[in-house]
Amino acid sequence: MAGRWKNDLTYNDVTPEAVFLNRRQLIAGAAAAGVAGTIASPAMAEELVPNSFEDITNYCNFYEFGTGKDDPARYAGALTTQPWSIEIDGMVDNPGTYSFEQVMDGMAVEERIYRFRCVEAWSMVVPWNGFELADLLEKVGVQSGAKYVAFETAYRPDEMRGVAFPVLDWPYREGLRLDEAMHPLTMMATGLYGKPMPNQNGAPIRLVVPWKYGFKSIKSIVRITLTDEEPFASWNQANPREYGFYSNVNPEVDHPRWSQATERVIGGGLFARRQPTLMFNGYEDEVASLYEGMDLTKFI
Amino acid sequence: MILTDTINGAARRLPAWPIYIVGLIPAGWLFYLGATNQLGPEPVKVLEHEYGLIALQLLVGGLAITPLRKYAGLNLLKFRRAIGVLSFLYVAFHLLVWLVLDVQILSEIIKDIYKRPYITIGMVGFLVMLPLALTSNNWSVRKLGAVTWRRLHQLTYGAVILGAVHFVMLSKGFQLEPLLYLAAALGLVALRVKWNRRPVPQNG
Repeated sequence: MAGRWKNDLTYNDVTPEAVFLNRRQLIAGAAAAGVAGTIASPAMAEELVPNSFEDITNYCNFYEFGTGKDDPARYAGALTTQPWSIEIDGMVDNPGTYSFEQVMDGMAVEERIYRFRCVEAWSMVVPWNGFELADLLEKVGVQSGAKYVAFETAYRPDEMRGVAFPVLDWPYREGLRLDEAMHPLTMMATGLYGKPMPNQNGAPIRLVVPWKYGFKSIKSIVRITLTDEEPFASWNQANPREYGFYSNVNPEVDHPRWSQATERVIGGGLFARRQPTLMFNGYEDEVASLYEGMDLTKFI
Repeated sequence: MILTDTINGAARRLPAWPIYIVGLIPAGWLFYLGATNQLGPEPVKVLEHEYGLIALQLLVGGLAITPLRKYAGLNLLKFRRAIGVLSFLYVAFHLLVWLVLDVQILSEIIKDIYKRPYITIGMVGFLVMLPLALTSNNWSVRKLGAVTWRRLHQLTYGAVILGAVHFVMLSKGFQLEPLLYLAAALGLVALRVKWNRRPVPQNG
């Protein structure tokens, strides 16, 4: 049952990329002329324009291929994405190894334009293609005691030059609470701009949780486990003070090393102004109820 | 030996002033690339990072000059001032990009400086280098006297370590590159330490 959520960032999905580029150039031109030199207000969110395919595919964090922003674009080509399978296990009715095709069977692929906010205080707008994670979880049957969903990225030293050095405790792992995973905004993305997911963006299938910092949206998933305990999360384990398990976008709770109150929007060029960061990355109406009664300065 | 002689001979003939011009070309070129959208999707961070990295490389390079003469017989002493001044200029460019193009907001800048240890350390590094840059001229050497001037310029050791620690602290996860710079900085400073060679007391 797709379509639980209706896109508020509308754009004509047949608009060619060239038009986006032109619009971006207009915006850049206006900024250069000092017209758009003020900080954009949240009300302008409706006007959000997706970043270009080029920006989205050339500015990535995918440490398995290197820590530079352009390393994934350069080296992720080595990742074999066909065939691909996902092991789905733990507290599910139908555990097993599902081929990519079996995963996709019965899933309604939609396009969703989401804001994407990195914990490093930059952001993009991405037109993803994919399906709701809830649909997949319903397909495999979540057992009643399950409380969390754990995810794991592929770990292939032969194909991933970045894993030779222990930047993180490989393989990369992430997790969500079950209600977060079942939320209609949470999607499994298999493409962007209507094209198959580029390797550097997490081919062939990745998680997208738009109200959380980007590192929660784990890439190139090979395993999904339903569990009743809070799962291991790589960045959380590396530095719990800096990367909480929840990691909801929150302008009021700073990362210990930098402020999260504002963000730099990718694609604006050298002289772009910072924008204020929105609570839950602008999805407050949709997701705030998930955290009712929780002190968000503690549950970071 | 022939190689060091050749280099020393060339160094004797070459003036030091072109180092300033050649050294500033990357700064202008990078800024041009950034302003014309040729530094990738996020030019500000690239510019900030590149200026900072060049500054650190120049600091490390400048500190390598004395050991090179001492252990390899390579005399590049006449270029040391230019390298030092350039490293300060790159730190200043790095700071300017951070202030004007990156953080932009004065209240955030002030908050960052006292709240974020890696930024505090970076700022201290800049302030340490400021008197060194201001006294990098013959007039100051005469005015201060060679001994005082030399002692003052030992602050470079602090600056290079602060710079490298700043780099290590701002990196996410466990990364090799900043650690190599820190190792180089510590190694070069360690070469300056006059180890106390007291005889080890013998027992019994």
